[in-house]
Amino acid sequence: MASEGSHNTAGVADPDPIIGPGHTFETVTDKISSIVLTRPVTPGWVFGLLIAFGALMLLNLTITLLMIKGVGIWGIRVPTAWGFAIVNFVWWIGIGHAGTLISAILLLLHQKWRTSINRFAEAMTLFAVMCAGMFPLLHMGRPWMFFYLMPYPNPMWMWPQFRSPLVWDVFAVTTYLTVSLLFWFVGLIPDLATLRDRAKNKTAKIIYGMLSMGWRGSAIHWSRYETASLLLAGLATPLVVSVHTVVSFDFTIGIIPGWHTTIFPPYFVAGAIYSGFAMVLTLAIPIRKFYHLEDLVTARHLDIMAKVMLATGLIVAYGYLIEAFLAFYSGDQYEIYMMKNRFHGPYAPLYWMLISCNIIIPQLLWSRKVRRNVGLLFVLSLVVNMGMWLERFVIIVISLSRDFIPSSWGMYYPTRWDWATYIGTFGLFFTLFFLFIRFLPMISIVEVRSLVHETNEEKGHS
Amino acid sequence: MAQIFHRSTNFISRLSIYGAVVIIGALGYALYAIAMSPWYTDQNVKRQQPVPFSHRHHAGELGIDCRYCHTSVEKSSFAGVPPTQTCMTCHSQIWTNASMLEPVRASYRDDKSIEWIRVNALPDFVYFDHSIHVAKGVGCTTCHGQIAEMPLTERAGTLYMSWCLECHRQPEKYVRPKSEVFNPYYEPPSAGEQLKMGKKLVAEYNIKSLQTCSTCHR
Repeated sequence: MASEGSHNTAGVADPDPIIGPGHTFETVTDKISSIVLTRPVTPGWVFGLLIAFGALMLLNLTITLLMIKGVGIWGIRVPTAWGFAIVNFVWWIGIGHAGTLISAILLLLHQKWRTSINRFAEAMTLFAVMCAGMFPLLHMGRPWMFFYLMPYPNPMWMWPQFRSPLVWDVFAVTTYLTVSLLFWFVGLIPDLATLRDRAKNKTAKIIYGMLSMGWRGSAIHWSRYETASLLLAGLATPLVVSVHTVVSFDFTIGIIPGWHTTIFPPYFVAGAIYSGFAMVLTLAIPIRKFYHLEDLVTARHLDIMAKVMLATGLIVAYGYLIEAFLAFYSGDQYEIYMMKNRFHGPYAPLYWMLISCNIIIPQLLWSRKVRRNVGLLFVLSLVVNMGMWLERFVIIVISLSRDFIPSSWGMYYPTRWDWATYIGTFGLFFTLFFLFIRFLPMISIVEVRSLVHETNEEKGHS
Repeated sequence: MAQIFHRSTNFISRLSIYGAVVIIGALGYALYAIAMSPWYTDQNVKRQQPVPFSHRHHAGELGIDCRYCHTSVEKSSFAGVPPTQTCMTCHSQIWTNASMLEPVRASYRDDKSIEWIRVNALPDFVYFDHSIHVAKGVGCTTCHGQIAEMPLTERAGTLYMSWCLECHRQPEKYVRPKSEVFNPYYEPPSAGEQLKMGKKLVAEYNIKSLQTCSTCHR
């Protein structure tokens, strides 16, 4: 991927640039800040927000009912005690991974194409982690006792069970949320100052002024900003790998067939990035169309993201292959049965759908034509999102519903409240996202301006 | 262009950074203080009873043995609340006309129990057995406090799990000779002596430091 940031040569205009032609500092700032400051509220935005908000209210309703009646409103019945709640938890947290990957690892690797997508990818991360974090808490049955998961001095003289991966989850996810939030906010400060200076409205000036924390753009500010960004990138980098590794431990530490395997951490991380990039595409494609940002989020960006998806998708495919191979190679009758059960058990259609969505259909991305076809790319990103959701369903439900003793087997069927919770978190996610694109610069003004600067300099020197 | 914020905002924003730390610390301390306060735990709060029964008078001044009334303490999980008949063994003979004792006589006449207010009630999810504690050298006053000094009975401990664990983790700090279990005036020896004696008694009485969840949460 290093060649993706390749420099222009000989002053010839790049036929496939990472920023549209003719952009100067002024146009970049105008274009991005005007979406927040001067663009009138459009019916489309209101309509989208209303739908998302409706789904959010569905989430409220579901949670209220859950508090009153308990987790029995979901389809979870022993032996399948995990169901949708954990499927959705893993799915959402996986989606969150792309933001950190783009903003931290690609920053350290000096990948210039990240600049125009990192801001909303990070926002997506934050919102996805919020949705994810809700599920284990709701799944506890008594969500108001959630603080039992934290080690704090208490009159019971008790610690959480540190040998339990669920406690590791708490640390992994809260750390991830904190670091992502800090990273996102630090990156926003100079842009918030720009908004403060450009806002006409008094209230907007005060709010952006408070958020920009007295940023004046002095050399010292910039130097500290750069240092803080680098430090946070350094902190966030291991989290890209560690968080989903810990999530995979929820399964691997258990002895259920199909869970107790060492391939899980790497293949979960790859899957997380896979679904994360799919979600970035799902969001980026409509946004760039509706807000006319095709010259900032260019076809080249979509192309690169599609390549990342293809690569991580292949790692995931390798994971499935090894999983199947090792089940039979182990000679363990339960592992073998688990695999056969996936192939032609009661949930087999979902397994084959998973294979098609995650492995077979994304092979289209080998073609440059497909990667440049925005509409098709959008559909593919949805397919991959669905595939990754199915992956978690297959891992959790197929293994739990049929483990060792046939007498304790049982089927899992989601109830309408399972679906309502899931759809409700979409409501939360998109409500936050709609508010985000309206009130904050969805593309980093500062970073795109420095990109303009570099691009122009290269032209000047050639 | 006019400034949005006054100069003083610089000071306020710096202050708010330190202020946040102080406020979070203070909130944490306040929560802790509330959780440990008698207002929340009922520790050392005197309860009004239908009859103002005084342990100080009966167990202290008169020296009636605990087991005279709490008969099942050595045999059962529950120490037992005495029936009115137990009161009347004495009070049919003395203070027979005391107005304070009218509810006791009424209870005896009508064959209706006195409804005592429970002072030490553990939650239902905790299994507790008096007999084993008494049999292993845990004195009444270890948990119930200076009962012989209480004109109206009060809760001596917080009944928090930490309160149970204090002893379950280090029984040698609290154990006493079996002969002293029902002595309401028992004074433990100095800390060093107690530890020495405690270790000996722990071995002699075969006291296990039981801390698994299912010991109490069955």
